[in-house]
Amino acid sequence: MRVEVDQPKCVASGQCVLAAPDVFDQDDDGIVVTLNDRPDTGLHDDVREAAALCPAAVISLVEK
Amino acid sequence: MTETVADTAAGLPGYPSPRAAGCPFDPPPALRPPHADRPVSRVRLWDGTQPWLITRHADLRTLLNDPRVSADSTRDGYPHRSASMQGSDPATQTFLSMDDPEHARLRRMVTSPFAIRKMEALRPSIQKIVDDLIDAMLAGPRPVDLVEAFALPVPSLVICALLGVPYEKHDFFQRNTRVIVRRTSSPEEVAAANTALVDYMDDLLGDKLAHPADDLLSTLATERVATGEMTRREAARMGNLLLAAGHETTANMIALGTVALLRNPDQLARLRDTEDPKAVAGAVEELLRYLNITHSGRRRVALEDIEIGGETIRAGEGLIFANDIANRDPDAFPGPDRLDLSRDARRHVAFGYGVHQCLGQPLARVELQVVYSTLYRRIPTLALDTPFEQLEFKHDGLVYGVYKLPVTW
Repeated sequence: MRVEVDQPKCVASGQCVLAAPDVFDQDDDGIVVTLNDRPDTGLHDDVREAAALCPAAVISLVEK
Repeated sequence: MTETVADTAAGLPGYPSPRAAGCPFDPPPALRPPHADRPVSRVRLWDGTQPWLITRHADLRTLLNDPRVSADSTRDGYPHRSASMQGSDPATQTFLSMDDPEHARLRRMVTSPFAIRKMEALRPSIQKIVDDLIDAMLAGPRPVDLVEAFALPVPSLVICALLGVPYEKHDFFQRNTRVIVRRTSSPEEVAAANTALVDYMDDLLGDKLAHPADDLLSTLATERVATGEMTRREAARMGNLLLAAGHETTANMIALGTVALLRNPDQLARLRDTEDPKAVAGAVEELLRYLNITHSGRRRVALEDIEIGGETIRAGEGLIFANDIANRDPDAFPGPDRLDLSRDARRHVAFGYGVHQCLGQPLARVELQVVYSTLYRRIPTLALDTPFEQLEFKHDGLVYGVYKLPVTW
């Protein structure tokens, strides 16, 4: 799985950080940054939940 | 023969509609599927207009992220809440009722303090506020109104510290905010309350420009107003919005949540007996899903024709998103009318959805986690001091809750 984020669209709700703190963080303005764009299998469910929770649909997952 | 909108108006449910007697936690039955005969159907507003009501969880998420759906309340067809909202001066708009890119530009000016890490750093000070208020309650007479003694002061103290507003002014801003969120206020009353609040915030920004401190208003003053990015009036309106949103909402969640938990003692026991922060966080999400204090619908207008649920919403038609009903959608939450603190309720839409989703949600979460994990542990015998049936619920409020909550222990 590869994680992509569209930072200009981020609205800083912080939901991704709560759902998958090992994969997502926020910069000083609260905007999403990825800590790890190829997370281990054990984190995939959390990452999918983060993508589903994001209110602005900023997170896309390339599954392979 | 094709029915016109006017022909069917008489049969449309009004919006808002009353809740069922004896069911103060459940959305109005007239608006809920399957009573509404189609998944997407019209409702009748105070001014006779007939916007669409979106009640399904999946539809709400799809449309609130659709760029063909606008939050701009100055557009024709926007379904206004009341005459006072319709009549409000467009120059007094906040980013809540703007579309991108203007919305994004203004919102990003105030996202920084609400980052998760900064909210976590606030947790100890929120815990102290909560503990001090409980100490004061326990030392005082019984019964006590939990709204005045606890539910309102907690978020007011927290948001005042974050913004840099002196808490001593709480009578002034709580009184004026109450006028604004009461559906029955006249347009003149709302305008006067708004002006009083924005004037006050404007003066405060002047003080912050002269003597900046470590708070959000000082940051707005020195980094946005002084640089010419925002006028002082715009910053005052934004500060006012954050102040009002920061205390009315959480205060109602605390009081209404306490009523719901006292009515569901098995769930209250689960919350009281857990030491697990994850269980507390999950309980907060479920209470947000179940209580739906923002029961007045998210309002939008279609910019283009949109097909949804077998209907065509035409460009220029109004849309109301009933997040309270979507949070009780059985396709999203099995057994939706049951308060179940063990369920995974994270996909609730209590904070809305799309780019306008609540800015302060990380703060609300930490406040509610601290409150719900502390209040019932420290006062395990907490009980209503009035029959449940006699509690007065805010049926007429933009934000739902209880007016007073007499409790004893």
